[in-house]
Amino acid sequence: MSPAPTAIYLDHQATTPVDPRVVDTMLPWFSETFGNAHSEQHAWGRQAADAVEVARDQVAVLVGAQAREIVFTSGATESNNLAIKGAVRFALRHGRGSHVVTLATEHKCVLESCAAVADEGATFTIVGVGADGRVDPAAVAEAITGDTVLVSVMAVNNEIGVVQPLAELGAICRSRGVLLHTDAAQAAGKIALDVDAMQIDLLSISGHKMYAPKGIGALYTRRRPRARLLAEMSGGGQERGYRSGTLPVPLAVALGDAAAISSDEISTEGARLVTLRDRMLERLRARRDNLFVNGSLVHRVPGNLNVGFPGVDAEELMRALDGVAISTGSACTSASVEPSYVLRALGLDDADAGACIRIGFGRFTTETEVDAAADMIAGAVDALRGEGPARAAE
Amino acid sequence: MRDRSTRRHRLSLKSQLSSRASTDLHTYLDHNATTPVRPEAAEAVARALAQYGNASSVHRFGRLIRHVVDGAREDVAALVDTAPANIIFTSGGTEANNQALMGHDGPVLVSAVEHDSVREVRADATIIPVDANGITCGETLDRLLWDAGGGSLVSVMLANNETGVLQPIREIFAVARAHGAVVHCDAVQAAGKMAIAFDDLGADVLSLSAHKFGGPPGIGALVVRDGFDPELLLRGGGQERRRRAGTENVPGIAGFGAAACAAKAGIAKFGRLGALRDNMEARLRDAVSDIVIHGGDAPRLPNTSCLGLPGLASEIQVMQLDLAGIAVSAGSACSSGKVASSHVLRAMGCENETARSAIRVSLGWSTEPRDVVRFIDAWIAMAQRRDGKAEKRRSVA
Repeated sequence: MSPAPTAIYLDHQATTPVDPRVVDTMLPWFSETFGNAHSEQHAWGRQAADAVEVARDQVAVLVGAQAREIVFTSGATESNNLAIKGAVRFALRHGRGSHVVTLATEHKCVLESCAAVADEGATFTIVGVGADGRVDPAAVAEAITGDTVLVSVMAVNNEIGVVQPLAELGAICRSRGVLLHTDAAQAAGKIALDVDAMQIDLLSISGHKMYAPKGIGALYTRRRPRARLLAEMSGGGQERGYRSGTLPVPLAVALGDAAAISSDEISTEGARLVTLRDRMLERLRARRDNLFVNGSLVHRVPGNLNVGFPGVDAEELMRALDGVAISTGSACTSASVEPSYVLRALGLDDADAGACIRIGFGRFTTETEVDAAADMIAGAVDALRGEGPARAAE
Repeated sequence: MRDRSTRRHRLSLKSQLSSRASTDLHTYLDHNATTPVRPEAAEAVARALAQYGNASSVHRFGRLIRHVVDGAREDVAALVDTAPANIIFTSGGTEANNQALMGHDGPVLVSAVEHDSVREVRADATIIPVDANGITCGETLDRLLWDAGGGSLVSVMLANNETGVLQPIREIFAVARAHGAVVHCDAVQAAGKMAIAFDDLGADVLSLSAHKFGGPPGIGALVVRDGFDPELLLRGGGQERRRRAGTENVPGIAGFGAAACAAKAGIAKFGRLGALRDNMEARLRDAVSDIVIHGGDAPRLPNTSCLGLPGLASEIQVMQLDLAGIAVSAGSACSSGKVASSHVLRAMGCENETARSAIRVSLGWSTEPRDVVRFIDAWIAMAQRRDGKAEKRRSVA
């Protein structure tokens, strides 16, 4: 059942493996200490509730928040839906504005959430990004109107790894009295985030992008000044009414543990991943002159590389690379053959956008794997271009 | 400072884990709140947790993960006797119920004993009353549907979470269908505990939750009739054939599938809990004449018992039993923080006082006869203390 050991996993922006330490922490909560965290009247429930509160605090520490500002969800898609639809619906209901500002390079679930509230009477403005993938804060400031409720800008792009200027955006939004939401699915645990320093009001986290399992995420919701939301799901009123549904205790515990590990290791691991990324890029460049990098290499999450090989069809390249797991873009839209809208937003034409691959490095990626993958990628590019090796491999 | 605090948290988690042995000696009879994950499901979860990849990725890792999801979809479909394509995985029963009801354009009718995740979704919902046993009446529904006009949605649960009472669901749904209504069934408490044939039920859409019958928490499903297109709740990627966005929770799905298999194979065994439950109720009734067994005259799930002990508040009973090492609940787990009496019992016509003295005892796949014996002894002792106090009060007066 498990993949052939020769395959190298370099698709860490699609999903990360679960850290074995996290697995060890979470497993007992399935069948041994299995209580429902909402059954606080008996021992099992209290034990589960205590564990959830520890986890909540661990997640809060990762982003510089307080534990009671963390709402557990089923993942970043739900967090983004809750943040955007929740904030806009609250504003619509109370006549406090109806306009949203977001970016052209946002994740599908952010853009779709904006479209959902547009059906309910809101409007939204999509701000473009520069050729390096970064948004100009002044362009966001310009897009904000008297009717704007929310600005939603991702912390780190899922395809090109570009880090957006959150602190600048936070200052703008606060001074204009507008909420700032950030989709930090690709950023949490990877780069330092501080909701107070950056003046972020709502922040989405995904477990399976930071070595916790799939099926769990969180939404940070600021208490002072309060970011007000209407809940997406009604029912038992769990998570202080923000999110009904039985909390999956083992998953919450896992997210907390993964957050604690990331908090401890964020700087050393970041430096290691930058080394791996540079190593890959150098090795590809040594064998192939004809390649380009998408997105800023300065303002970038450590574990991401997105490169294009002009004249090569990336889909064919993927198929030729059975020994390396990479992707042509977001996993959510993998099945579609459309060129990436993120790359198009950087100004690439269809042909160039269709020649790009995303390479994602992670906690368990080794130098040996990077070297082997670089050679396989370069070899496959040569084969597709009908060329011999441009230069002899070392 | 940040480093120190995270380390402390990790340590405190470890110390909690080491103290878990304390509950081993105790008796857990709150399986309707949640039930331990079955070994087959725990194994499937652990296996999937060790696998790399996103089910939507096209590379080798993604394809292997996709295979796990497809297999589990077949197992979940088999549990409710329908086709795999009809299963949409969600984060749980609450999400499934919300998705089923939220987007309906037209009148919504829900039974008075529905779970909060059905009752609270639509503020505009019409309540379908129930009788003293908590049963929805087809004739009443018929009348309400005439009043509502066309384009209605009817939501009635298969089994109640507090009393275990089963609705005459085919009859009710036949009435609803005769009016052309969309029919939703919350089968969260029933699935895995009794045989369900979705295709014969007459429902368009049905909700499931894995953790109520031995799957992991954080996963559930919306089952839809072939050709029925549910409204989207979570928007984003095109997962679940564009019917539910978000990266598939693969370990959860794998555990759900394994639990569905195990539960389906164990339906007859689960049914035998009924004898244990009936015997328990008989012994309690023999010992305490004023006991109330809510829904006791109606067909019920084999594992659930809703017991009233007049004069002693639910919270006090749950607390006393907790001190004796027995876990039961004062209603559904989601609302157990609230002080209001059960809306289910009030809908069945109970006075506030009566509703406030009820507890729910729910057996599960891991329950053994000795668990029930311990409960019987503790409950009778509690009733005797109540009588002793009443006696004392009388003699003082």
